[in-house]
Amino acid sequence: MPDAIPIIRLGASLLVTLSGDLVDSSVEQVEREVAREVAATGAAGVLIDVSGLWVVDSYVARVIARLVAMIRLLGADTAIVGIQPPVAIALVELGVPMTGVQTALNAEQGMARLRGLRDERVG
Amino acid sequence: MSVLDDDHVLTALDVTLQIAGEADLLRVRSALRAEAQQAGLGLTSTTKLVTAGSELARNIIKYATTGSGVVSIQSRTSRPSKSVRAVFSDSGPGIRDLDAAMRDGFSTAGSLGLGLPGTRRLVDDFSIDSAPGRGTTVVIEQWSR
Repeated sequence: MPDAIPIIRLGASLLVTLSGDLVDSSVEQVEREVAREVAATGAAGVLIDVSGLWVVDSYVARVIARLVAMIRLLGADTAIVGIQPPVAIALVELGVPMTGVQTALNAEQGMARLRGLRDERVG
Repeated sequence: MSVLDDDHVLTALDVTLQIAGEADLLRVRSALRAEAQQAGLGLTSTTKLVTAGSELARNIIKYATTGSGVVSIQSRTSRPSKSVRAVFSDSGPGIRDLDAAMRDGFSTAGSLGLGLPGTRRLVDDFSIDSAPGRGTTVVIEQWSR
């Protein structure tokens, strides 16, 4: 059984950590829990930390893209952080289009990215 | 099909795994990673091999009508390099137009059509054999530098 998905509040943002092997049964749980937390907290941004994923195939990449789309529908921005260098190389070779998805090297830069997006909209 | 030829020597690390469901996907990844580490493949090379294997195993789960197939993983030595070679085979419906299936953007199942061309780019060697009614066999191989 998949473990509970760690979701941590960081100011106006949420930090969601994906790790281990993402399989169909846990994907639905991730989507449900993230949607609920975003709605419950009124978060303006969500950081999705994927540094714990050592393999991202096209299926998992699609899952991440779906999460981003879902969060956008709930009115929040998303930044994917912590993509491992070998995973980035594999994704590019695989030809997975991750265009339109905000990314950052780590959580700190991801937070800055989300703040920038917010300021742009307000200012 | 013989996997031995003059230049290659099989080691004793062969693994054969059934692929019928998602739980097997994780086993395939773990086995590929273990063999890759054993063969001394680098981290990037290992990740690419495991990602390719994950794509192929998902294809078997998704497309093979019987929903099952098998992967056989071998470590090979061709001095001074070592490699990991994985043979994925299923007895599913097979692929009608192999040329089209190997083109970017082609898909019959409503997915993004990344599967086979993307998988080929991830590994050093890739070959596919398929015909309607005959199932599909894909061989991938990744070498240490």
